[in-house]
Amino acid sequence: MATKTLGGRTVEVDEQGYLKNAADWNEELAKALAADIGISEMTEGHWKVVNFMRERYLKNGDAPSIRTLGKDSGVTTKELYQLFPKGPAKLAAYVAGIPKPRGCI
Amino acid sequence: MQQVVILGAGTGGSIMANRLRKQATRGELSLTVIDPAAQHIYQPGLLFLPFGQTTEKKILRPNRHFIDRGVSLVQQPVKSLDAAARAVTLGDGSVINYDVLIIATGTKIAPEETEGLTGDGWYTNRFDFYTLEGARALRPALEKFTGGHLVINIVDMPIKCPVAPLEFAFLADAFFHKRGIRDKVRISYVTPLDAAFTKPVAAKVFGDFLSKKGIELVSEFNTGRVEGNQLISWDERTVDFDLLVTIPLHSGADFLKGSEIADDLGFVRVNKGSLQNEKYPEIFALGDAANVPTAKAGAVVHFESELLSENILRFLRKEPLLADFDGHANCFIETGHGKATLIDFSYNTEPLPGKFPYAGIGPLQLLKETRINHWGKLAFRFIYWYILLPARWLPIGRHFTMKGKYRPS
Repeated sequence: MATKTLGGRTVEVDEQGYLKNAADWNEELAKALAADIGISEMTEGHWKVVNFMRERYLKNGDAPSIRTLGKDSGVTTKELYQLFPKGPAKLAAYVAGIPKPRGCI
Repeated sequence: MQQVVILGAGTGGSIMANRLRKQATRGELSLTVIDPAAQHIYQPGLLFLPFGQTTEKKILRPNRHFIDRGVSLVQQPVKSLDAAARAVTLGDGSVINYDVLIIATGTKIAPEETEGLTGDGWYTNRFDFYTLEGARALRPALEKFTGGHLVINIVDMPIKCPVAPLEFAFLADAFFHKRGIRDKVRISYVTPLDAAFTKPVAAKVFGDFLSKKGIELVSEFNTGRVEGNQLISWDERTVDFDLLVTIPLHSGADFLKGSEIADDLGFVRVNKGSLQNEKYPEIFALGDAANVPTAKAGAVVHFESELLSENILRFLRKEPLLADFDGHANCFIETGHGKATLIDFSYNTEPLPGKFPYAGIGPLQLLKETRINHWGKLAFRFIYWYILLPARWLPIGRHFTMKGKYRPS
């Protein structure tokens, strides 16, 4: 099983490098995951998106689409791309400790 | 008699109806297929239509021709689904109850979801080729094109047949060569992905094809809106075009949007091994309509149908279900000039080079451009109509195998 050490903590990750167990996640780990993909500071906007993604994932078993994020997370699609440049859904999922969204097939 | 209702008479719905009809014992179940369309489209043909390499006559057949006579076929759209009541309401207001529901309603394009895309220029110099109307309208536009910038743009993933946009680019290159104006046409492939394809080994091979053919790759471009003859990404990058071929956002059927059994895009949530909905065990989905993490492609439907027909019968007989669908998919990829390549992959293994379907023999070659692969693709239309849809035997197993494949170092 692959593992990653982030912020002094070692966690299991899946083959895509995403957190294996959503239960291992906490805010400290989120900050470390964000730093790992070049987000040095988690702003209010980042937290809004990450918490929204996590809530939806835990409720439905799948990550919301970019369009839902833009409509319902409280952050516009344009801001999403500023907060998580190039791939908001996959980057926010990474920080939120949930699997990489489907669709990237 | 138990009522099995199949929504959709496309590839998945037709195969499932025919398979269940063959496998069920007499009097065990009654089958109804519901679809708003009268005609079955051979969807791989939509790629060739704009280039004049096939005709509508060759790719359209009445739905009724491919569905066993013992199955009732109802030509109506689905208005709504009440999963708790096990009832489907149709466009004409009639209600159909079921013991088992199979959702095979596929996916459709939603160009209106991209700001400005369907405004001025839609079907004038902006086209899709994922619908019959789009592919039909694109044909004269390509014929009249005398030079300029052709842009092939994928708006968002997931899309049906993720290799089709690449094939379109390769065929366009060959088409303009043949017309002797390739030097006057600039072709760009604009994708939200970070490479030509999702998986690394195939992405490298297809990336090399693009550069060899002089097609420019613009990656990580997330289309936000279209203004005039310009694509604008969410991070304000721009691409100008003279002719746009768009692969718009995809979604599931309208009655699934906002439904508790579907995800945000309207694809049915099912277990990826058993194809059963976890909340309503009598609901199953296959093909493009299901949200399983494999390609949305006809081959997947075919492999899924072998497991699903077995599972439906087990469900009706109160036996434990199979849960071993492995995401097996394969597809031919036209590369132009009478050649094609082929990929074969699964949930866990990306497309790799090798021989197919017989290890060491082939005759088809994976991730290589060959003429035999192209003949395979052309022959596939007949296989589709006469073997695949009627659910006759094919020499390709539903389980993915590494036999004949190797991982390049």
